[in-house]
Amino acid sequence: MNKYKTELLVGVFVVMTVGAVLLLALNVANKSMTSDGDTYTLYAKFDNIGGLKERSAVKVGGVTIGRVASISLDKEDYTPVVKLSINQQYGEFPETSSVSILTSGLLGEQYVGFQPGFSFDGVANLEDGDYLQDTKSALVLEDLIGQFLFNRGSEE
Amino acid sequence: MKFLQSVGANTLAKVSAAGRAALMLFGALAAVPKAKNIRLTIRQVYVVGVQSLLIIIVSGLFIGMVMALQGYTILVDYGAEGSLGPMVALSLLRELGPVVTALLFAGRAGSALTAEIGLMKATEQLSSLEMMAVDPLRRVVAPRFWAGMISMPMLALIFSAVGILGGHLVGVDWLGVDAGSYWSIMQSTVDWDKDVVNGIIKSLVFALVVTWIAIFKGYDSIPTSEGISKATTETVVFSSLAVLGLDFVLTALMFGIE
Amino acid sequence: MDNLVEIDNMTFRRVDRVIYDGISLHVPKGKITAVMGPSGIGKTTLLKLIGGQLTPDAGDICFAGDSVVSMSRSQLYKARRRMSMLFQSGALFTDMSVFDNVAFPLREHTRLSEDVIATIVALKLQAVGLRGAASLMPSELSGGMARRAALARAIALDPDLIMYDEPFAGQDPISMGVLVKLIRELNDALDLTSIVVTHDVKEVLTIADYIYILADKRIIGEGTADQIRNSESELVQQFLKGEADGPVPFHYPANPLESSLFGGEQ
Repeated sequence: MNKYKTELLVGVFVVMTVGAVLLLALNVANKSMTSDGDTYTLYAKFDNIGGLKERSAVKVGGVTIGRVASISLDKEDYTPVVKLSINQQYGEFPETSSVSILTSGLLGEQYVGFQPGFSFDGVANLEDGDYLQDTKSALVLEDLIGQFLFNRGSEE
Repeated sequence: MKFLQSVGANTLAKVSAAGRAALMLFGALAAVPKAKNIRLTIRQVYVVGVQSLLIIIVSGLFIGMVMALQGYTILVDYGAEGSLGPMVALSLLRELGPVVTALLFAGRAGSALTAEIGLMKATEQLSSLEMMAVDPLRRVVAPRFWAGMISMPMLALIFSAVGILGGHLVGVDWLGVDAGSYWSIMQSTVDWDKDVVNGIIKSLVFALVVTWIAIFKGYDSIPTSEGISKATTETVVFSSLAVLGLDFVLTALMFGIE
Repeated sequence: MDNLVEIDNMTFRRVDRVIYDGISLHVPKGKITAVMGPSGIGKTTLLKLIGGQLTPDAGDICFAGDSVVSMSRSQLYKARRRMSMLFQSGALFTDMSVFDNVAFPLREHTRLSEDVIATIVALKLQAVGLRGAASLMPSELSGGMARRAALARAIALDPDLIMYDEPFAGQDPISMGVLVKLIRELNDALDLTSIVVTHDVKEVLTIADYIYILADKRIIGEGTADQIRNSESELVQQFLKGEADGPVPFHYPANPLESSLFGGEQ
């Protein structure tokens, strides 16, 4: 076996692997989005998070601005605490902003909908580690049906 | 009584084989690699890696295409064909990439390794190396082991990438799924550390197991034509079973606990 | 130091089968010592014992005064550079040309430049008459040529001891003659010590300085070629003349045929 040819083909093999890694990193996993360096953290307490999971998107009007970093239960009042990591480039949200848990489509994944509040004098911007006060929980199908039946019952 | 004896004998044989396998690997890896051995390893990367490339690319392409076809017909009923991208990508990166690559590798390269080393033993080449004061573990076993460890993760990555492109070909170009949603939903679902890196870890574990079994079966084979053919078969059977079993354990460890 | 290899009261078992039962054997320096015996007696095993690839169950084996049995791994590898072995099949590396095969031990154990290696390889191949075949692959060689190429590889590092494992087995008369001549000439020209393990009586009697005959786990006869020819031992005579039946029975041990065929105990 020609040594030159062997080494050449091993080189081709390595280049193909690098190509595959680049494809996976940039096009598939979108590594630049998930890098930790340029994010800050916000917390939000919900009564019920429904089907929200780690790594669910945080969106403003459909634009992804960050992800759910972790979900835990507050040890004192037993409500779920969701840790959001938001990209630094979206760093200018006022304290009056609100978050709600929404569903994309009928059967789609749940995500955190972020509603920026109005900014006026005396309202500071949200900073790293702040809690969002205004939260709306996920809709639970059983609760909705229960409410619907209850209303029907009281009308008649 | 006879049954108990045969159970005992079998257990002893298995334990001593495991011991010999561990000693072989230790003997091969204890050596400090020399410049010459790096060249030998590159040569083996050619044999086990480059020569497996074609079958990996072709299989990856077809598996990606089939998954897109099957996934589309199911997802389109729920209007969720936009999830085709993440379905194809996650299945490939987490499972099919590492597992199918390991199975193909066992059949393509593992069996060849066993047969080659077994024949070197049968034709007294290993013995003759030893008599020339050259350690066959370092000269023959170590480069092949490292070549397997290097090649398999590379092959698995190429497999996954080609499969995702194959899914794109069928899903987007032929069935008309929106190209933007194919990529962007994939991007928002696939996580580098969790999916890609875990897939690489899986294929590293599979590489260790498959290459180790292949080399040991060759090194420990009975040096007759019957012994080598048996060893080659055992390599493929044992490493396939080991890969599938380990895959379950690894998946449970990596993705089971949210 | 008169003996390069000394085997002292050595016993070797394979699982529960005794191969050697307390044999002693001396290989004098600069001579050709032949070890003969019927096939299946474990003659190759003897060479592997001397090379330290196998360890005896009792007794001692010395190479150049040092015990092979008690050597550490690195000492053993050092000692092996001074011995070489010609395997029955030749054991050439099938993925290298004849040239690279002969150059292999030089490249592994020396830091000579490629020019020097090429010169040495050419000389060694010239000695076995295969300089013209340097670029052939082992699969293109005939059995006799493969053995000669392996011989060139065995002498590449100028060892003190060469062990020949059945060098004449399966050779046509011409290549047999070539090998006999080579063994004798190399031994004298390179000041080697040779051990030839074989069952080809006629060839060996012409070149060996001293002969041991192994049978039934023991040494049954020893001496120079003439002493062996005139031995009074029935066993030795049976072996020399190749008689079918004698002290070494024709039949593998078994029940009497009558009792096997006509009922009775199995």
